Amino acid sequence: MPFVPHIDSQVRRMLDVIGAASVDELFADIHPELRPKSFDLPSGKSEMAVMAQMEALSRKNDTHLVSFLGAGFYDHHIPSAIDALCSRGEFYTAYTPYQPEASQGTLQAIFEFQTAIARLLGLPCVNAGVYDGGSALFEAAMMAVRHTKRRKMVICGAVNPIYRVMFSSYTSNLNLDLVTVPARDGATDFKALTAALDENTAAVLVQNPNFFGFIEDYTALFATAKAKGAVSIVSVYPVLQALLKTPGEMGADICVAEGQSLGLPLSFGGPYLGLMACTKGMIRQLPGRIVGRTVDRLGRPGFVLTLQAREQHIRRQKATSNICSNQALCALRALMYLCLVGERGLKRTAGLCLEQAHKAAARLTAIPGVKLMQDKPFGNEFALTLPQSAYGVIDRLTARGYVPGFPLGRYYPGLESGLLVACTEKTTDENIGIMAEMLKGSLA
Amino acid sequence: MIPKHLHYAETHEWADIEEDAVTVGITHFAQEQLGDLTFIDLPAVGKDVRQGEEVGSVESVKAASEIYSPVTGTVLEVNTALEESPQLANEDPYVKGWFFKVKLSEEPTGLLDSEAYAALVVSQAH
Amino acid sequence: MKTIFEKSVPGRAACLPDRPEQYAGAYIPASLMRESFAGLPEVSELDVVRHFTELSRKNFGVDGNFYPLGSCTMKYNPKFTEAVAAMPGFTRLHPVLPQLKGAGRLCQGALEVMYEMERHLCEITGMSAFTLHPMAGAHGELTGAMIIAAYHKDKGHKKTKILCPDSAHGTNPASASIAGFEVVNVPSKDGIVDPAELAKVLDDEVAALMMTMPNTLGLFESHLPEIVAMLREKDALLYYDGANLNAILGKMRVGDAGFDVMHINLHKTFATPHGGGGPGAGPVGVCEKLAPYLPVSRVAKMEDGQFFLDYDYPKSIGYVSPFYGNFGVTLKAYAYILRLGREGLIRVSENAVLAANYIRKRLEDRLHIPFNRTCMHEFVASASELAKKGVHALDLAKALLDKGHHSPTVYFPLIVKEAVMIEPTETESLETIDQFIDDLLAILDQAEADPASLHDAPLTTPVSRLDETKAARDMVLTQDMLEDSRGL
Repeated sequence: MPFVPHIDSQVRRMLDVIGAASVDELFADIHPELRPKSFDLPSGKSEMAVMAQMEALSRKNDTHLVSFLGAGFYDHHIPSAIDALCSRGEFYTAYTPYQPEASQGTLQAIFEFQTAIARLLGLPCVNAGVYDGGSALFEAAMMAVRHTKRRKMVICGAVNPIYRVMFSSYTSNLNLDLVTVPARDGATDFKALTAALDENTAAVLVQNPNFFGFIEDYTALFATAKAKGAVSIVSVYPVLQALLKTPGEMGADICVAEGQSLGLPLSFGGPYLGLMACTKGMIRQLPGRIVGRTVDRLGRPGFVLTLQAREQHIRRQKATSNICSNQALCALRALMYLCLVGERGLKRTAGLCLEQAHKAAARLTAIPGVKLMQDKPFGNEFALTLPQSAYGVIDRLTARGYVPGFPLGRYYPGLESGLLVACTEKTTDENIGIMAEMLKGSLA
Repeated sequence: MIPKHLHYAETHEWADIEEDAVTVGITHFAQEQLGDLTFIDLPAVGKDVRQGEEVGSVESVKAASEIYSPVTGTVLEVNTALEESPQLANEDPYVKGWFFKVKLSEEPTGLLDSEAYAALVVSQAH
Repeated sequence: MKTIFEKSVPGRAACLPDRPEQYAGAYIPASLMRESFAGLPEVSELDVVRHFTELSRKNFGVDGNFYPLGSCTMKYNPKFTEAVAAMPGFTRLHPVLPQLKGAGRLCQGALEVMYEMERHLCEITGMSAFTLHPMAGAHGELTGAMIIAAYHKDKGHKKTKILCPDSAHGTNPASASIAGFEVVNVPSKDGIVDPAELAKVLDDEVAALMMTMPNTLGLFESHLPEIVAMLREKDALLYYDGANLNAILGKMRVGDAGFDVMHINLHKTFATPHGGGGPGAGPVGVCEKLAPYLPVSRVAKMEDGQFFLDYDYPKSIGYVSPFYGNFGVTLKAYAYILRLGREGLIRVSENAVLAANYIRKRLEDRLHIPFNRTCMHEFVASASELAKKGVHALDLAKALLDKGHHSPTVYFPLIVKEAVMIEPTETESLETIDQFIDDLLAILDQAEADPASLHDAPLTTPVSRLDETKAARDMVLTQDMLEDSRGL
C-alpha cells in the first residue's frame, strides 16, 4: 500500500504489544450503526497513472492565451531559483515553528520577510502573512474595530470589488455599519469619502492604485481620518510600491496587499499571500504570526514567534483572530523574490510594467471611440471605455487567442463598456500591437 | 505575600483604599501564575469603571488574562512606568507595580480581606 | 548567521529584467512617488541560494526527522503531488478566466478537478455538498460558522451561541467568535463530552456544537448518538472539526453519523505539505439542508459534460476567498486521493491508529497517560509526575530534539496538565517508531537520574533555548528595529 511501510510481521508485532487480535478491534469504539453506509471510491493507481491523468486534465486548460487580465492578480516573471530553493524539504515539510531551536530557518526567513515588507510599504510592523489580500483587508478592518471600539466602516467603491464582496460576507453577522462610497467612473471620490468620516467611524478603506488602475494620493484623506479618530487602511500592489509614495508616507495606519505578484504563480486563485503592515501603535491588534529576535541561554542571537498571547491557542474566543496558518511557504517565496530582484530589479520591473501599460494605453486610445476612463496617472493597469459592451469584444478576441482584459461591468453595473487592461514586464510590444489591431477590427 | 492592609477581588486584583483615591494592582499570586509579564494594557485616564468590569489585560509569553476593576469610580492616573517595564508588576506587585488609581463614586462591596484572600489562594494553588 | 540584509552590497544584483528601466517620472508625477529608498537586499543569485540553503539546514522537517507533533498530522508528503501542482497547465491559469462569458471552456481541466474533488470528499465524509474555497482549517471553521448563522437567520431562529468542548482546538472558539457568536464552554468528563454537562448549557439560543472526532485527546466521542439527538431537539446544528479525520477514514462517515457541517484540513489527512505553517486548505462540507448557504461560486456540470461556475445561489453567504480557495493545494490532495484510492485511504486510518496504540502501550508503564484506553490516531501523555522532580513537558520536548526527533505537541490540550501529545501517523516505519520510543525512554531514565541535566537541552540544535520574554518585551521584529536598538 503506498506510503505505509509496515510488513505483515510488523503489524502482527504491534498488535501483540497492544494486546489486540486485529486492527479492527482498535476501532471497537465506533459502534456498528456509525459505520459508513458507503465508501465508494475508485481503486488506487500507480504514480505513473495518476501523473498521466493529471497531465491530461492540465491540458484541458488553455494556457497559451495572450492575456491582459489583471484585476489585482498579475503574471510576472518568477526567477527559477525560487522553485529550486522552496522545494527543499526542510522548508516545505516543516510546520509552524513551535520549537524555535529546530526552526531557525523558517523563523529567520520570516524576520527577513517582515523587514522586506516593512521597508517596501513604509510601515514598521509586519506579520508573517495571512491567506490573501482580501482576508488581510478584513483582518485590518477588525483591527480598527478593536482599536477604536467603533463599528462604522467607510469603504471606497474603487477598492477591488472581489475584496468588497468578501468583506460584506465576513461582516454580515457582525453588526458593522458598512458605508460604501461609490467610485465615479473609476475615480476615487475624495469629497464623498471625507464627508462620510465622522466620530463613529472605525476606519476608512481605500486602494492604491485603485481597482481601475488610477494612482492617488491619500495623504489628506488619512489626515482627516486621524482627526476624527478613525484608522486609515490602504490596500496596495506591492510591485509598484518600489516606485510609489508609501502607505507610511501617506500616513496610513494599516496597509494590506495581495502578495501573489512577488514570486507566486497565478495557479487559478491560490495559494496566495495576504500582506499586513501597521504602525507601532497598532501592533497589539495585528493578527497572525509575528517573529521577534532574541538571544539563547548562551547569548547567541536567535528568533522566536512572539506576541503569541494575542493568538487563538492562548486566548481562544478572545483572540485577535482565528487565524492559525500563515501561508509561510508563500511568504518565503515572496522574500526570495524580493532578494533575487533586489532594490534595482523591483524598480525596473515596476518601471517596465508602467512603460508597457502606457504603450498599450496609447495604442488602444488611438482607436476611434476608445477612451481612458479618467485622465489620471495610472500604473500597470488602466480602465478604458469602449464604444460598445466590453463582453462582446472580450468574447470575440478570446476566441482568437487574445484576452484583452477584464469586463468592469462584471462588478460595476453601468460600466458595461468598461475594459480593465493589465500589463506586466512580460507583455511584449508585439502582443500589444496585435491586440490593438484586433480590438480595432472588432469595433469596426 | 498578602499584605494585611489591602482589599482583594476574587479575580486577583488588590485595592488600597485611601480617602481620596484607591490604588489598584494585581497580587503576587496572580503575577506568579502568569509568569514574566510582557505587556500590560491599562484603562485610559478619565474612564469611568465599574466594580467587576473588564478594564484591561496582562500578557506573558504563555498566558493572557483580563484585569477587572475591583472598585467603581473614575480612573485618575495610570502607572506609565509599566509601558516600558511590565516586569515591575512581577518584581514589586504591591508598590512599584501598581496599575491605576481610581476616585471612588461608590463604596466597594464584597471585597476580601487578606485572610479570606489567603484562603482563596490556597484553594486555587494546586 | 547574518541576515540577507547584512549581506547586501550596494550595486550587486541577481535577477534584473533585461530591458533598461524607463524613467518612471515620465508617467507619474513626483508627488505620487516614494521619497525613500526601499532598502531591499542587493545580492547575487549565488548569495541568495547559499543564504536560503543555509537557513533550510536550521529546520527540522518530515523529510529529515520523525515529527510526531500531535494534532498536526505530520505524515510523509509524496513528491509526485508537487510535480502535479507545478504543471504549467495549472500554474499559469488566471483565476478570473472562467468569469468571462464563455471562457469556462478554456479551463475545463481545472473545473473538472474541483468538481471531482468535491464529489470524492462527499463520498469520503457522507456529506451532501462541499466547497473548496476556505483557505485553511480555521478558515473552514469560520466559513462553517457563517453558514450556521445564515441558516438560522433564514429559518427565523434566534440563535446567538456556539458551544465548544474544553478539549477543543483554540481555533474553534476563536472562529465562532469572529463569526459573531457568543462562545460557551462544555466541560468534558473522562476525556469526552458528557451529555449531562451538555444538557446544562444547551438552551434554545444554541446555534451549534463544534466537536472534534476523535477529540484532541485522541479519544472517540462515544456519546455521539445521544448528543446528536439532544441537539436536534433544540434545532441546533452539529459541527465536525476535521483536524482528526485521518483517524476515521473508511471507518465512519461524518455525514452518516449525524453531523451537519464540517471542514477538512487537506494538509493533514490528505498529506499536502505544511510549508512551515501554510498554505493549507480547509474545504467545508454540509448536509443537504445547508447546501443553499455554501459560498459562491460553485462548480457544476452541464448535461453535455461541460463544467461551469454557478453563482446563482441567492441564500449563499457570499465569497470567503477571492476565487476557488487554494487550488494548488486542492490539486495535491486530489492527486493523493487518486493514488491511494479506496483501500489506500482505509489503510491510512488503520495504520495511524495502530502506530499510536503501539507507542501508547510501550510508554504506559513509564509515562502517565491520563485517559489510558484504546486511542485513535494519537494519544496524550502527561509529564505531571516528572514535574514534581522538576522535569516538565517542555524539557522532554527539548531533549527529543537532541535525539533528532521533532517534539510532540506539548501543553495542549489545555485540560491535561503537562500534556505531551503524540501522533506518529501511518507513514512512519516501525524502526523509526521504535527508535523514538527508545530515545524517549532513555530521556525518562535521565530524568530520574539527573533531572537538572535536562534543563540544558537542546544542545545539538543551532541555538539553545531562547528567551521568549525578552523577545516579547523588546519587540525587535525587523532589521531596522534591530539597528535602532543597537543605536540606543
